[in-house]
Amino acid sequence: MTGHGTHTGAHSAQDVAQRALELSRADGAVVLVDESSTANLRWANNTLTTNGVAAGRTVTVISTVAGAQGTAAGVLARSGVDLDGVEDLVRASERAARDAGPAEDAQPLAGPADNPDSGAAWDQPPAGTSIDVFASFAPALGEAFDAARSAGRLLFGFAEHTVTTTYLATSAGLRLKHDQPEGRLELNAKSPDFARSAWAGAHTRDFADVDVVRLGDQLAQRLDWQKRRIELPAGRYETLLPPSAVADLLIVMLWVASARDAADGRTVFSAPPDSGGPAGTKVGTRLGGQGLRIWSDPHAPGIQSAPFAVAHRSTSSSSVFDNGLPVASRDWVRDGVLERLVTTRQSAAATGLPLTAGADNLLMDGGGRATLEEMARGTERGLLLTCLWYIREVDERSLLLTGLTRDGVYLVEGGEVSGVVNNFRFNESPVDLLGRIAEAGRPEACLPREWNDYFMRAHVPALRIGDFNMSSVSQAS
Amino acid sequence: MSQQFADGSGGGAPDADTARVDPGFLALPLREMARSALDAARRLGADHADFRAERIREQTIRLRDAQLDGVSDSAQAGICVRVVHEGTWGFAAGVVQTPEAAARLAEQAVQVARVSRPVNVEPVALAPEPSYGERTWVSAYETDPFDVPDTEKLALLTAWSRRLLAAEGVDHVDAQLHAVKENKFYADVHGTTTIQQRVRVHPRLEAVTVDAAGVHGTPGAFESMRTLAPPAGRGWEYLTGAGGWDWDAELDALPGLLAEKLAAPSVEAGVYDLVIDPSNLWLTIHESVGHATELDRALGYEAAYAGTSFATLDRLGTLKYGSAAMNVTGDRTVEHGLATIGYDDEGVATQRWDIVKDGVLAGYQLDRRTARLKGLHGGRSNGCAFADSPGHAPIQRMANVSLQPAPGGPSTEELIGRVARGLYIVGDKSWSIDMQRYNFQFTGQRAYLIEDGRLAGQVRDFAYQATTTDFWGSMEAVGGPQTYRLGGAFNCGKGQPGQIAPVSHGTPSALFRGVRILNTVQEAGR
Repeated sequence: MTGHGTHTGAHSAQDVAQRALELSRADGAVVLVDESSTANLRWANNTLTTNGVAAGRTVTVISTVAGAQGTAAGVLARSGVDLDGVEDLVRASERAARDAGPAEDAQPLAGPADNPDSGAAWDQPPAGTSIDVFASFAPALGEAFDAARSAGRLLFGFAEHTVTTTYLATSAGLRLKHDQPEGRLELNAKSPDFARSAWAGAHTRDFADVDVVRLGDQLAQRLDWQKRRIELPAGRYETLLPPSAVADLLIVMLWVASARDAADGRTVFSAPPDSGGPAGTKVGTRLGGQGLRIWSDPHAPGIQSAPFAVAHRSTSSSSVFDNGLPVASRDWVRDGVLERLVTTRQSAAATGLPLTAGADNLLMDGGGRATLEEMARGTERGLLLTCLWYIREVDERSLLLTGLTRDGVYLVEGGEVSGVVNNFRFNESPVDLLGRIAEAGRPEACLPREWNDYFMRAHVPALRIGDFNMSSVSQAS
Repeated sequence: MSQQFADGSGGGAPDADTARVDPGFLALPLREMARSALDAARRLGADHADFRAERIREQTIRLRDAQLDGVSDSAQAGICVRVVHEGTWGFAAGVVQTPEAAARLAEQAVQVARVSRPVNVEPVALAPEPSYGERTWVSAYETDPFDVPDTEKLALLTAWSRRLLAAEGVDHVDAQLHAVKENKFYADVHGTTTIQQRVRVHPRLEAVTVDAAGVHGTPGAFESMRTLAPPAGRGWEYLTGAGGWDWDAELDALPGLLAEKLAAPSVEAGVYDLVIDPSNLWLTIHESVGHATELDRALGYEAAYAGTSFATLDRLGTLKYGSAAMNVTGDRTVEHGLATIGYDDEGVATQRWDIVKDGVLAGYQLDRRTARLKGLHGGRSNGCAFADSPGHAPIQRMANVSLQPAPGGPSTEELIGRVARGLYIVGDKSWSIDMQRYNFQFTGQRAYLIEDGRLAGQVRDFAYQATTTDFWGSMEAVGGPQTYRLGGAFNCGKGQPGQIAPVSHGTPSALFRGVRILNTVQEAGR
């Protein structure tokens, strides 16, 4: 965080939230004020291509109206709202609630008794960022360009820093604030003919810990590995998945982990009738080996996330009525067994499963402590991937995913990288993979290559899979 | 109704189109903010400057099993300034809409350019474009969906959901309406000022059936099927029968089609001839032709993220993209197209041009920078710059890229009649393609086995996988204009920071020979 970003309004976020609650004529109201600022640099072919700074405020008003059939909610969000625009927003939200009819997820709104952190940080100003966050990074990037240029390499990539401060207030008296700094760096090196390509990514909270010159040197080594090219056919291969690839696969699994959808019989976590799973789900089913743990923790160092529920709309796995409830560490898989699915208060009551907020970060530990390099040295013959790309669901019943390998598939023989292999299209299910882990490495911070626009806080190990399904060869390099 | 172009009145009495533009947007001090920003940019030495003010309203209504799951309504408003200063881009955006804030953004944009200057070695130059003075443009729709009461929208979606739930075998129904209204004001230092308004809607319903008892196989197996109605640059009339889609017919047929899918045999993996319906083929065009012919990708600007393209610039005019039956156009002017607009976000009047002609690569999608860099299209942009919000700088985004039908060409039934053993694939579902647009894999909502020129019932668990030029090279025939339809999506992603864009793709039915079909259950190792 480098100080305040661009001006977003004449009045403070807290004043706007307070005024919205004062103006409300609904039976209940929740106000979310998100103050955000962001700065970014993008480059290609060893030169800058685009850049920018932006700042904004979005105010979301959730009005709840009780009726004979139940309680309704109206959700209205607008950007750039200041005190003079609040009343219009509140009235629109109330109209929407009156038009909506009963909400299935209706619950009492949270108050101070529901969250002991209420009021603790409420009066603090929002955090922010600006283009100055790159004051030392930009010259270092210039050095990396110089080094690449003189060695005949091309650098491409993107650096972004965003800070979002969320103020949450309810008509029941809850007052919460959360600062979420988030930074990412993607660096891609290519040979001038684009035939060789290597990638590295980093997640950071402030860019102070990013060494772009060092990353550039690492990519230079990877491009050297690619000077020997080996063509391999499609098939099942022993494969080392780096942390970025593991995170990208598991994130999809967490996104479909709605208890409600599972109980309706329509996800990979649905259990066949009469199988004994709670509420028709696979909770309690073994997915992987003993010692395997997958969890989310708002206080995990380096990948902290909001310690309370923030829902700008209701979905099958989140509820606007649950805004402000505390979020604690929760295990998705414990000792290899599916422990939790995502619930709201309503779906928890309906399924009998515990209240469990959705994942905002991802941690995994398979008990191993080897680095990826050590795992490669222990490989007789296998593929070492860099990252995965264009991952999409093929079959919701098995959660079969398809996608591509990208920016370097290496053949490891006798513990050494013997050359670069063509890319592949894979077809695999992350749920199925959990049961086929031959080795898990040391958990590491990583940047999920595919999903970092939406999810970038991950700390997971590399995995060795004995028979990863490379369905076809891709000519892409 | 067709889209209308109108010369601006220069601040005088509103013309016909201006009268249709949202008065709340017009009430903003648009010209004053533009003047303030552009003056400040000029004063600070900018070579080029443009100013945008935007307001984007979005509404999503979701029902689950005919019960309201949520209504969310948002309005994003803001302003931004983009400059070229000493040959380097600078961009700044904010939400305060005053002339003073606009001037501050211009100063920030210049500062961003200065900070970035040391890492820029390729000076930015833009292709020239005529100055249009002030213009107003409004898309083709009858009824603004934001003028329709939520109660009316909910009533229709609830009735549709109940109708499906009442059918035998339907266990769950998801219904969703996504509506967008987009207002854009643009002004640049060369004298073009545009005020534009677009409306688009995407209604969709999905039915799910659960085979709890395992009547057709494994107990607890399930299947789903979604409506084929594409998103459209239309208004509320699209949902009420006046907008070109027969909802009654589709909702009547869906439960029976879903039941047939649940009971269908699993496809035998192998090589098949395919007849692909427009409801599926639009997405294959989008991924394998649309993105592959974006010049910024071909030049490497997207290399670290969305990727590059096998259709490199040195192959323009020679690359055999597909069979001689393949003719593809780029078009930002077609009525009801999601990428259709009067002027792009660099003040360029939109156009229609050839991308693939008689199977050979003939053109790219361009913005002003890439047009100038390579001198294509006569050194003029073909109007493909777009920013998805006032918080983002415009980048080159996709036009409505469409496969042209054959005049007097065959019907879908006639194409099916030419196939001895094949599949007829309908509706889009899963999609994935590699970072150079070679290797792709798609599934669909349903597939029918073709035996001796006739449909022989559905099969399930199918996916088709191919390499782009092999696939288009295997296209034996395209259907006639009677088979042509627009498909599309609201949310095509590209760029860093990530931006989404709405885009349509028109296509006839088409016949492909010898395409690899996978069995997805076998692929999952089960």
